[in-house]
Amino acid sequence: MKLDNIYQEEKKSNFAKVSEIIITMASRPSGFIGLSILIFHVILAFISPYIAPYDFKAINPTLMLQAPSAEYWFGTDDLGRDVFTRTILGGRTALTITFFGSLIALLWGGLLGIFCGLVGGKTDDIVMRIVDAFLSIPWILAMLLIVSLLGTSTEVLIPALGFFYGKGIVRVARAATHDVIAKDFIISARARGHSNISIIWHEIIPNVRDAILVEGAMRWSWMLLGFSSLSFLGFGVSPPTPDWGLMISNARGLMSFAYWSVIAPIVGLSSLIIGINLTADAFAKALGIDRSTKAPV
Amino acid sequence: MTEIIQKVKNLSIGFKSKKGEEILILRNISTNIKKGETVGIVGESGSGKSTLALAMMGYVKHGLYTIGGECEFNSSNLLKMKNRDLEKIRGRKIAMIPQNAGQALTPNLKIGYQIDEALQLHSDLKEEEREQKISELLNKVRLPSPETIALRYPHELSGGQQQRVAVAMALAGTPDLLLLDEPTTGLDVTTQAHVLELLNFIAKDTGTSMVYVSHDLGAIAQVSDRIIVMYSGEIVLEGPSRDILKKPIHPYTYGLLKSIPKLSLAGLPQSMPGSQPQPGTMHRGCSFFDRCDFSDEKCKSNSPQLEYLEELNTSVRCFNHKSLINDSKVNQTVNKIKTSLKDKEILNISEVSISYAKQNLLDQVLNRISDDNPTVKDININIKKGETIALVGESGSGKSTILKSIAGLLRTKGGVIKFDQKRNLSSDLKERDPNDLRIIQLIFQNPDESLNPNHTVEEIIAQPLKLYFGLKGEELKKNIKELLQKVRLGEFYMSRYPRQLSGGEKQRVAVARAFAAKPDIILCDEVTSALDVSVQAAVLNLLQQLKEDFGTTYIFVSHDLAVVRAISDRVAVLYQGRLCEVGPSKDVYQFPSHPYTEVLLGAVLEPDPDIKPKLVAEDIVEEKPPQKGCSFQGRCSRILGDICKNEIPPWQITNSGNSIRCHIPLKELQKDQIN
Repeated sequence: MKLDNIYQEEKKSNFAKVSEIIITMASRPSGFIGLSILIFHVILAFISPYIAPYDFKAINPTLMLQAPSAEYWFGTDDLGRDVFTRTILGGRTALTITFFGSLIALLWGGLLGIFCGLVGGKTDDIVMRIVDAFLSIPWILAMLLIVSLLGTSTEVLIPALGFFYGKGIVRVARAATHDVIAKDFIISARARGHSNISIIWHEIIPNVRDAILVEGAMRWSWMLLGFSSLSFLGFGVSPPTPDWGLMISNARGLMSFAYWSVIAPIVGLSSLIIGINLTADAFAKALGIDRSTKAPV
Repeated sequence: MTEIIQKVKNLSIGFKSKKGEEILILRNISTNIKKGETVGIVGESGSGKSTLALAMMGYVKHGLYTIGGECEFNSSNLLKMKNRDLEKIRGRKIAMIPQNAGQALTPNLKIGYQIDEALQLHSDLKEEEREQKISELLNKVRLPSPETIALRYPHELSGGQQQRVAVAMALAGTPDLLLLDEPTTGLDVTTQAHVLELLNFIAKDTGTSMVYVSHDLGAIAQVSDRIIVMYSGEIVLEGPSRDILKKPIHPYTYGLLKSIPKLSLAGLPQSMPGSQPQPGTMHRGCSFFDRCDFSDEKCKSNSPQLEYLEELNTSVRCFNHKSLINDSKVNQTVNKIKTSLKDKEILNISEVSISYAKQNLLDQVLNRISDDNPTVKDININIKKGETIALVGESGSGKSTILKSIAGLLRTKGGVIKFDQKRNLSSDLKERDPNDLRIIQLIFQNPDESLNPNHTVEEIIAQPLKLYFGLKGEELKKNIKELLQKVRLGEFYMSRYPRQLSGGEKQRVAVARAFAAKPDIILCDEVTSALDVSVQAAVLNLLQQLKEDFGTTYIFVSHDLAVVRAISDRVAVLYQGRLCEVGPSKDVYQFPSHPYTEVLLGAVLEPDPDIKPKLVAEDIVEEKPPQKGCSFQGRCSRILGDICKNEIPPWQITNSGNSIRCHIPLKELQKDQIN
């Protein structure tokens, strides 16, 4: 039959699906730019320890606040450390901590949201009111409290950030679940007698996965900004670890005569955030989700 | 010769595919709309009928563009006009009535205000004159007490009333041409008949030309003078409506008419094989070639042209229409349904009532539902093994609610549902054991929603097999293949996603999933209403075949009385959640006794211009069942008086085993049938 010709699209492997999405993303100018920036940063984070020209913690009082030169590309800071070295290394910690942080946020926020959306009723009411209560607490205050109680180690920062950024995902996941929950295939699964876990796993997750992933990607960029703010305030990673937030905080008083010591980390941080944002948008468009019509929660 | 008001010339509309190919939605359409005539455009979904109607008011949907041709109105081409000029024509000269008036009316503005807006835009009347005009218009569309209606919001009106308001708004600009896009599709049968009658009246009264787009040949037959039949973007047949409906000379129309179930004929209509080609897949030959019973070699490689037959005043696109002229009288042959009724009762529903009322705190604690006027009440039906029983009624009659309760999706307030005389099914899902759930399976109305879009057909059918029988690996695959074969789908469908299937194929997958559980009872909730007519017949035939093979019992819910007539052994007529009449289909359909059954059957539209619907009762919509007395008292034309208002009518049983719930004595009820 002729009809069969256009329906030749067979089940694709996961690899084929992912590469198709990436190609679609890169085919848009904004997606291409975002992806390139993000990939550039990720690669840099991996190779920076091997290509860094100087030791990031080598203090040299004779070289304080040198302007950019052939020797020190981005100049030196107030302790005579090479700004280029510190900038390319500065993204590593932030990228790692926030990546795993968003993963945790996605996991607990997504699953709790889906669960609440599915069971509804009193459980949903109670859980959502608790989430609302947490949403009303300024995250930075809560983070400061946690960090001052438990310290600034990675083991504390990742779950703490993951927790505070997951709250919003709960709502998105719950809303996305509500969209599919009324569909007949869920009712059909219920009528057959599938368990809640089976319904979540087989029926709901494949349908809300995209929305949650996009939300997670957006949260990643927000978390990056949040993490850098913590460092800026002195509650992120501790010196002398190179970190953009910390570098900006240290050098901001010298901005008027040593602009180079603050410009490099600012460009690093903002380009990464823009890169992730553009990528997340392109990702959403490639999946067919239009973020512009949906208000972020 | 009458004046031509709209001339469509060689119109082609299409879009560019990802590969840059031009894909045509409309192919070379030419037709004329004369002054004062009503033209019905009929076709299945995807035939391009809506695109054509929209083009007639100079609108091309986003993403589509005009490839060639023109739509001439008052000797100017609408498709080349600037938006500013089009604004002057739309509403004033050409008005549109949308399918869903409920969505087309602004929800937060009063009816009167919305009509006033239309008048301000499209007429030069002064304020006082406009006010008068509003009630005039509302009067014209026969809305009761126009003054009060004008002050209401759209949500305070019923679907039929909303549609009437839409008609009134369209008439505000006294247009020369009225485009109606499926204006009665979402309405109940009785309301639909009333709206169509109104449209007929308006066409005659105002002399407005109408273009009526619908997939429903029944509705088209009632209103149109001329019919255009569309198939995959082309006009395949165009001519006077009576000739086309009585003697269709195109094989597609012929097949279409044969596949529509009729009230007067029990048994399943014959189906047309296959489905309409997707846009862009047609390259050579006649677009209907694959499905045609009359095709030959010539049709395969040559596309027929639209040929005008002077003696019939008809244009037809077929090489072999001559062979159809002689034997094209629609002699419908039906596949008689076989029922192997066993005397064993499989499901007893007694005194069941269901309530949607919200429980207050005390009730929640005591785990009870207190509602003295529940949505569904006093349902008593005993269903025999192997029979097909249909629940019919308008929207809000509680037919789907009863299905949900049987499936366990909804708690019953009172009464007992018993399976096989012993197993109690009155509880909801959580309290039923897996085997109780397995014996009852559901098939839903819309396969787009009932199949998970992210699962392949294999995964969809595997679910019940895994859940109930724990099948794995090769055995699972084997079972899936067998099931697909049973619903007449090839093995290669296993790896496809629902979006890659046509509507009929999707519904077949849903049927296969239901049968995978080896159920005793299958609940069919409007299973064919989302499907095209030609596909509907095929699905009905499939369901019947499977029933004969497996001895399954069907509980069939539908608002389409002709479909119910075709497939059911017994019918239960519901009104406002109360039973009116239960009996063998042939008796209920031949001798409708209960006043409501009469109303319902009278309003059914047949694809035959000679059979007019009988409009017995008013098409009021009641929000709630009455507190006491007969449920139908509000609309009954034969109301006896206080007895109907205060006492619940008794069951009366006729000789043929038909139970009727009415105060009017049986003799009197039956007497009228003879007259």
